[in-house]
Amino acid sequence: MAGLGGRMSTVFKAKISKLLDRTEDPSETLDYGYQKQVELLQNVKKGIADVVTSKKRLQMQSTKLEQQVVKLDTQARQAVSQGREDLARAAIERKTVAQTELQSLDAQVTELESQQEQLTQNEKKLRTKIETFRTKKEVIKAQYSAAEAQVKISEAANGVGEEMADLGLAIQRAEDKTEQMRARAGAVEELEAAGTFEDLGQLGGGQDDIDRELASLGAGAQVDDELAKMKAELGSGGGDSPQLGEGDSKAGA
Amino acid sequence: MIVRIAGEGQFRLPDSDAERLNELDNRAVSAVEEGDEAGFRELWSQMLELVAVDGETLDGDDLVESEVILPPRDISFAEAQGEFTGEGLIPD
Repeated sequence: MAGLGGRMSTVFKAKISKLLDRTEDPSETLDYGYQKQVELLQNVKKGIADVVTSKKRLQMQSTKLEQQVVKLDTQARQAVSQGREDLARAAIERKTVAQTELQSLDAQVTELESQQEQLTQNEKKLRTKIETFRTKKEVIKAQYSAAEAQVKISEAANGVGEEMADLGLAIQRAEDKTEQMRARAGAVEELEAAGTFEDLGQLGGGQDDIDRELASLGAGAQVDDELAKMKAELGSGGGDSPQLGEGDSKAGA
Repeated sequence: MIVRIAGEGQFRLPDSDAERLNELDNRAVSAVEEGDEAGFRELWSQMLELVAVDGETLDGDDLVESEVILPPRDISFAEAQGEFTGEGLIPD
Protein backbone atom coordinates (compact mmCIF):
# COMPACT_ATOMS: atom_id res chain seq x y z
CA MET A 1 0.00 0.00 0.00
CA ALA A 2 1.50 3.23 -1.18
CA GLY A 3 0.27 6.67 -0.18
CA LEU A 4 -1.31 6.56 3.20
CA GLY A 5 0.57 3.52 4.46
CA GLY A 6 3.83 5.22 3.60
CA ARG A 7 2.88 8.51 5.18
CA MET A 8 1.63 6.85 8.34
CA SER A 9 4.82 4.92 8.83
CA THR A 10 6.75 8.15 9.12
CA VAL A 11 4.68 9.18 12.14
CA PHE A 12 4.21 6.52 14.78
CA LYS A 13 4.82 3.27 13.05
CA ALA A 14 8.52 3.88 12.73
CA LYS A 15 8.76 4.58 16.43
CA ILE A 16 7.09 1.29 17.23
CA SER A 17 9.19 -0.86 14.93
CA LYS A 18 12.39 0.88 15.92
CA LEU A 19 11.94 -0.02 19.52
CA LEU A 20 11.76 -3.68 18.54
CA ASP A 21 15.37 -3.66 17.40
CA ARG A 22 16.55 -2.27 20.67
CA THR A 23 17.26 -5.42 22.56
CA GLU A 24 18.25 -8.99 21.80
CA ASP A 25 16.14 -10.43 24.55
CA PRO A 26 12.52 -10.75 23.42
CA SER A 27 11.10 -10.46 26.90
CA GLU A 28 12.96 -7.19 27.43
CA THR A 29 11.76 -5.96 24.05
CA LEU A 30 8.22 -6.79 25.04
CA ASP A 31 8.34 -4.85 28.27
CA TYR A 32 10.06 -1.92 26.62
CA GLY A 33 7.54 -2.03 23.78
CA TYR A 34 4.65 -1.90 26.16
CA GLN A 35 6.17 0.97 28.10
CA LYS A 36 6.68 2.92 24.85
CA GLN A 37 3.11 2.33 23.79
CA VAL A 38 1.85 3.74 27.05
CA GLU A 39 4.06 6.80 26.54
CA LEU A 40 2.79 7.31 23.00
CA LEU A 41 -0.77 7.00 24.24
CA GLN A 42 -0.07 10.09 26.36
CA ASN A 43 0.91 11.98 23.18
CA VAL A 44 -2.31 10.90 21.57
CA LYS A 45 -4.31 12.15 24.54
CA LYS A 46 -2.48 15.45 24.41
CA GLY A 47 -3.24 15.72 20.69
CA ILE A 48 -6.95 15.29 21.33
CA ALA A 49 -6.80 17.88 24.11
CA ASP A 50 -5.19 20.32 21.65
CA VAL A 51 -8.02 19.79 19.19
CA VAL A 52 -10.54 20.52 21.94
CA THR A 53 -8.71 23.72 22.89
CA SER A 54 -8.65 24.88 19.28
CA LYS A 55 -12.34 24.17 18.96
CA LYS A 56 -13.06 26.30 22.01
CA ARG A 57 -11.09 29.15 20.51
CA LEU A 58 -13.14 28.87 17.34
CA GLN A 59 -16.31 29.04 19.38
CA MET A 60 -15.04 32.24 20.98
CA GLN A 61 -14.32 33.65 17.55
CA SER A 62 -17.83 32.77 16.52
CA THR A 63 -19.22 34.70 19.50
CA LYS A 64 -17.15 37.72 18.53
CA LEU A 65 -18.45 37.58 15.00
CA GLU A 66 -22.01 37.44 16.31
CA GLN A 67 -21.34 40.64 18.23
CA GLN A 68 -19.94 42.25 15.09
CA VAL A 69 -23.09 41.38 13.18
CA VAL A 70 -25.26 43.07 15.82
CA LYS A 71 -22.99 46.10 15.90
CA LEU A 72 -22.94 46.52 12.13
CA ASP A 73 -26.68 46.15 11.96
CA THR A 74 -27.10 48.95 14.50
CA GLN A 75 -24.67 51.13 12.59
CA ALA A 76 -26.49 50.52 9.33
CA ARG A 77 -29.77 51.56 10.90
CA GLN A 78 -28.20 54.70 12.31
CA ALA A 79 -26.82 55.55 8.90
CA VAL A 80 -30.21 55.04 7.23
CA SER A 81 -31.96 57.24 9.75
CA GLN A 82 -29.37 59.96 9.06
CA GLY A 83 -29.92 59.61 5.34
CA ARG A 84 -26.42 58.30 4.73
CA GLU A 85 -27.12 55.52 2.30
CA ASP A 86 -23.44 55.09 1.40
CA LEU A 87 -22.53 54.37 5.00
CA ALA A 88 -25.52 52.10 5.48
CA ARG A 89 -24.55 50.13 2.39
CA ALA A 90 -20.99 49.69 3.56
CA ALA A 91 -22.13 48.52 6.99
CA ILE A 92 -24.63 46.06 5.50
CA GLU A 93 -22.00 44.71 3.16
CA ARG A 94 -19.72 44.00 6.07
CA LYS A 95 -22.56 42.50 8.02
CA THR A 96 -23.32 40.15 5.14
CA VAL A 97 -19.71 39.01 5.00
CA ALA A 98 -19.66 38.43 8.75
CA GLN A 99 -22.94 36.50 8.62
CA THR A 100 -21.78 34.24 5.82
CA GLU A 101 -18.55 33.56 7.66
CA LEU A 102 -20.43 32.91 10.87
CA GLN A 103 -22.62 30.30 9.23
CA SER A 104 -19.71 28.42 7.75
CA LEU A 105 -17.76 28.68 11.00
CA ASP A 106 -20.65 27.24 13.00
CA ALA A 107 -21.10 24.38 10.53
CA GLN A 108 -17.40 23.60 10.76
CA VAL A 109 -17.38 23.68 14.53
CA THR A 110 -20.23 21.17 14.52
CA GLU A 111 -18.26 18.94 12.17
CA LEU A 112 -15.23 19.27 14.39
CA GLU A 113 -17.32 18.19 17.34
CA SER A 114 -18.23 14.90 15.68
CA GLN A 115 -14.59 14.42 14.73
CA GLN A 116 -13.63 14.95 18.34
CA GLU A 117 -16.11 12.30 19.39
CA GLN A 118 -14.64 9.87 16.87
CA LEU A 119 -11.11 10.61 18.08
CA THR A 120 -12.12 9.94 21.66
CA GLN A 121 -13.71 6.66 20.67
CA ASN A 122 -10.62 5.63 18.75
CA GLU A 123 -8.42 6.58 21.65
CA LYS A 124 -10.45 4.16 23.77
CA LYS A 125 -9.95 1.46 21.16
CA LEU A 126 -6.20 2.10 21.15
CA ARG A 127 -6.13 1.83 24.92
CA THR A 128 -7.85 -1.56 24.64
CA LYS A 129 -5.25 -2.67 22.10
CA ILE A 130 -2.40 -1.64 24.33
CA GLU A 131 -4.01 -3.51 27.19
CA THR A 132 -4.33 -6.56 24.94
CA PHE A 133 -0.66 -6.23 24.09
CA ARG A 134 0.17 -6.21 27.78
CA THR A 135 -1.67 -9.50 28.28
CA LYS A 136 -0.32 -11.00 25.12
CA LYS A 137 3.28 -10.24 25.95
CA GLU A 138 3.06 -12.37 29.07
CA VAL A 139 1.70 -15.26 27.01
CA ILE A 140 4.45 -14.81 24.44
CA LYS A 141 7.14 -14.71 27.13
CA ALA A 142 5.83 -17.92 28.68
CA GLN A 143 5.06 -19.96 25.59
CA TYR A 144 7.47 -19.20 22.82
CA SER A 145 11.11 -19.75 22.08
CA ALA A 146 13.19 -16.64 21.52
CA ALA A 147 13.01 -16.90 17.71
CA GLU A 148 9.27 -17.49 17.64
CA ALA A 149 8.71 -14.78 20.18
CA GLN A 150 10.43 -12.20 17.93
CA VAL A 151 7.94 -12.93 15.17
CA LYS A 152 4.95 -12.80 17.50
CA ILE A 153 6.17 -9.55 19.05
CA SER A 154 6.52 -7.95 15.63
CA GLU A 155 3.00 -8.92 14.67
CA ALA A 156 1.43 -7.69 17.86
CA ALA A 157 3.47 -4.49 18.04
CA ASN A 158 2.76 -3.65 14.41
CA GLY A 159 -0.93 -4.09 15.07
CA VAL A 160 -0.75 -1.58 17.91
CA GLY A 161 1.58 0.64 15.90
CA GLU A 162 -0.86 0.84 13.03
CA GLU A 163 -3.72 1.76 15.34
CA MET A 164 -1.60 4.46 16.90
CA ALA A 165 -0.44 5.78 13.54
CA ASP A 166 -4.03 5.95 12.34
CA LEU A 167 -5.16 7.91 15.35
CA GLY A 168 -2.13 10.17 15.05
CA LEU A 169 -3.09 10.93 11.46
CA ALA A 170 -6.71 11.64 12.42
CA ILE A 171 -5.55 14.08 15.09
CA GLN A 172 -3.24 15.73 12.57
CA ARG A 173 -6.13 16.19 10.17
CA ALA A 174 -8.36 17.67 12.85
CA GLU A 175 -5.57 20.04 13.90
CA ASP A 176 -4.98 21.17 10.32
CA LYS A 177 -8.67 21.82 9.94
CA THR A 178 -8.96 23.97 13.07
CA GLU A 179 -5.86 25.87 11.98
CA GLN A 180 -7.43 26.70 8.61
CA MET A 181 -10.72 27.71 10.20
CA ARG A 182 -8.98 29.88 12.74
CA ALA A 183 -6.93 31.67 10.11
CA ARG A 184 -10.02 32.34 8.04
CA ALA A 185 -12.13 33.53 10.94
CA GLY A 186 -9.22 35.71 12.08
CA ALA A 187 -9.00 37.33 8.65
CA VAL A 188 -12.69 38.17 8.71
CA GLU A 189 -12.38 39.59 12.19
CA GLU A 190 -9.61 41.86 10.98
CA LEU A 191 -11.78 42.87 8.08
CA GLU A 192 -14.52 43.76 10.53
CA ALA A 193 -12.19 45.60 12.85
CA ALA A 194 -11.02 47.72 9.92
CA GLY A 195 -14.62 48.50 9.07
CA THR A 196 -15.78 50.31 12.16
CA PHE A 197 -18.25 53.12 11.77
CA GLU A 198 -15.60 55.86 12.07
CA ASP A 199 -13.72 54.45 9.11
CA LEU A 200 -16.82 54.16 7.01
CA GLY A 201 -17.09 57.93 6.71
CA GLN A 202 -13.73 58.06 4.97
CA LEU A 203 -14.49 55.38 2.47
CA GLY A 204 -16.27 57.63 0.03
CA GLY A 205 -16.30 56.31 -3.48
CA GLY A 206 -12.77 55.01 -3.37
CA GLN A 207 -11.85 51.35 -3.53
CA ASP A 208 -9.83 49.97 -0.67
CA ASP A 209 -8.88 46.40 0.20
CA ILE A 210 -12.09 45.89 2.05
CA ASP A 211 -14.21 47.01 -0.87
CA ARG A 212 -12.41 44.72 -3.22
CA GLU A 213 -12.78 41.86 -0.77
CA LEU A 214 -16.48 42.57 -0.45
CA ALA A 215 -16.98 42.82 -4.18
CA SER A 216 -15.31 39.47 -4.66
CA LEU A 217 -17.73 37.92 -2.22
CA GLY A 218 -20.61 39.02 -4.39
CA ALA A 219 -22.78 40.36 -1.63
CA GLY A 220 -24.38 42.96 -3.92
CA ALA A 221 -27.97 41.84 -4.41
CA GLN A 222 -28.40 40.83 -0.82
CA VAL A 223 -27.15 44.23 0.30
CA ASP A 224 -29.66 46.04 -1.91
CA ASP A 225 -32.51 43.97 -0.51
CA GLU A 226 -31.49 44.49 3.07
CA LEU A 227 -30.97 48.21 2.61
CA ALA A 228 -34.44 48.55 1.06
CA LYS A 229 -35.93 46.59 3.93
CA MET A 230 -34.15 48.69 6.52
CA LYS A 231 -35.34 51.89 4.85
CA ALA A 232 -38.91 50.65 4.77
CA GLU A 233 -38.79 49.65 8.44
CA LEU A 234 -37.25 52.88 9.60
CA GLY A 235 -39.39 54.90 7.23
CA SER A 236 -42.65 53.55 8.61
CA GLY A 237 -41.50 53.75 12.22
CA GLY A 238 -39.97 57.24 11.96
CA GLY A 239 -43.05 58.99 10.58
CA ASP A 240 -42.50 61.42 7.71
CA SER A 241 -39.06 60.99 6.26
CA PRO A 242 -39.73 60.42 2.58
CA GLN A 243 -36.40 61.93 1.59
CA LEU A 244 -34.69 58.71 2.67
CA GLY A 245 -36.31 56.78 -0.13
CA GLU A 246 -35.40 59.37 -2.71
CA GLY A 247 -34.04 58.09 -5.97
CA ASP A 248 -34.59 54.48 -5.05
CA SER A 249 -37.58 52.91 -6.72
CA LYS A 250 -37.43 49.81 -4.51
CA ALA A 251 -38.12 51.83 -1.37
CA GLY A 252 -41.35 53.15 -2.80
CA ALA A 253 -43.16 49.82 -2.38
CA MET B 1 -8.05 -9.90 4.13
CA ILE B 2 -7.79 -7.11 6.72
CA VAL B 3 -8.73 -3.61 5.57
CA ARG B 4 -8.55 -0.41 7.56
CA ILE B 5 -10.50 2.71 6.84
CA ALA B 6 -8.37 5.50 8.28
CA GLY B 7 -10.00 7.04 11.32
CA GLU B 8 -12.60 4.27 11.60
CA GLY B 9 -10.95 0.96 12.31
CA GLN B 10 -10.23 -2.46 10.83
CA PHE B 11 -12.50 -4.87 8.96
CA ARG B 12 -12.11 -8.49 7.93
CA LEU B 13 -13.15 -9.09 4.34
CA PRO B 14 -13.40 -12.36 2.43
CA ASP B 15 -10.26 -12.86 0.30
CA SER B 16 -12.51 -13.06 -2.74
CA ASP B 17 -13.13 -9.32 -2.39
CA ALA B 18 -9.48 -8.50 -3.01
CA GLU B 19 -9.85 -8.61 -6.77
CA ARG B 20 -12.91 -6.37 -6.78
CA LEU B 21 -11.29 -3.88 -4.41
CA ASN B 22 -8.14 -3.85 -6.49
CA GLU B 23 -10.14 -3.21 -9.64
CA LEU B 24 -11.98 -0.28 -8.04
CA ASP B 25 -8.66 1.01 -6.73
CA ASN B 26 -7.08 0.93 -10.19
CA ARG B 27 -10.06 2.67 -11.73
CA ALA B 28 -9.94 5.29 -8.98
CA VAL B 29 -6.29 5.96 -9.87
CA SER B 30 -7.29 6.46 -13.51
CA ALA B 31 -10.10 8.82 -12.53
CA VAL B 32 -7.73 10.86 -10.36
CA GLU B 33 -5.12 10.99 -13.14
CA GLU B 34 -7.75 12.26 -15.57
CA GLY B 35 -8.90 14.87 -13.07
CA ASP B 36 -12.35 13.28 -13.07
CA GLU B 37 -13.59 14.16 -9.60
CA ALA B 38 -17.16 12.90 -10.06
CA GLY B 39 -15.84 9.59 -11.37
CA PHE B 40 -13.47 9.31 -8.44
CA ARG B 41 -16.22 10.05 -5.92
CA GLU B 42 -18.40 7.32 -7.40
CA LEU B 43 -15.60 4.72 -7.28
CA TRP B 44 -14.53 5.79 -3.82
CA SER B 45 -18.06 5.35 -2.46
CA GLN B 46 -18.19 1.91 -4.09
CA MET B 47 -14.96 0.96 -2.31
CA LEU B 48 -16.33 2.12 1.03
CA GLU B 49 -19.59 0.31 0.39
CA LEU B 50 -17.81 -2.94 -0.37
CA VAL B 51 -16.08 -2.75 3.00
CA ALA B 52 -19.31 -1.78 4.76
CA VAL B 53 -21.33 -4.63 3.21
CA ASP B 54 -18.81 -7.49 3.29
CA GLY B 55 -16.58 -6.36 6.15
CA GLU B 56 -16.75 -7.59 9.68
CA THR B 57 -15.50 -5.14 12.31
CA LEU B 58 -12.43 -6.27 14.23
CA ASP B 59 -12.43 -6.03 17.99
CA GLY B 60 -9.96 -4.09 20.08
CA ASP B 61 -8.28 -7.29 21.21
CA ASP B 62 -7.15 -8.20 17.70
CA LEU B 63 -3.59 -7.08 17.17
CA VAL B 64 -3.11 -7.46 13.45
CA GLU B 65 -1.72 -5.31 10.66
CA SER B 66 -3.93 -4.33 7.77
CA GLU B 67 -3.16 -5.47 4.25
CA VAL B 68 -4.92 -2.44 2.83
CA ILE B 69 -5.35 0.99 4.39
CA LEU B 70 -8.03 3.14 2.84
CA PRO B 71 -7.77 6.89 3.40
CA PRO B 72 -10.29 8.77 5.55
CA ARG B 73 -13.88 8.65 4.33
CA ASP B 74 -14.03 12.43 3.82
CA ILE B 75 -10.88 12.56 1.68
CA SER B 76 -10.79 15.63 -0.55
CA PHE B 77 -10.02 15.34 -4.23
CA ALA B 78 -6.76 17.21 -3.66
CA GLU B 79 -5.75 14.70 -1.00
CA ALA B 80 -6.81 11.85 -3.28
CA GLN B 81 -4.35 13.13 -5.85
CA GLY B 82 -1.62 12.36 -3.35
CA GLU B 83 -2.95 8.91 -2.41
CA PHE B 84 -4.34 7.38 -5.57
CA THR B 85 -1.25 7.31 -7.71
CA GLY B 86 0.76 4.66 -9.53
CA GLU B 87 -0.44 1.28 -8.42
CA GLY B 88 -2.97 2.82 -6.10
CA LEU B 89 -3.54 1.82 -2.50
CA ILE B 90 -3.21 -1.82 -3.44
CA PRO B 91 0.00 -2.71 -5.31
CA ASP B 92 -0.66 -5.08 -8.21
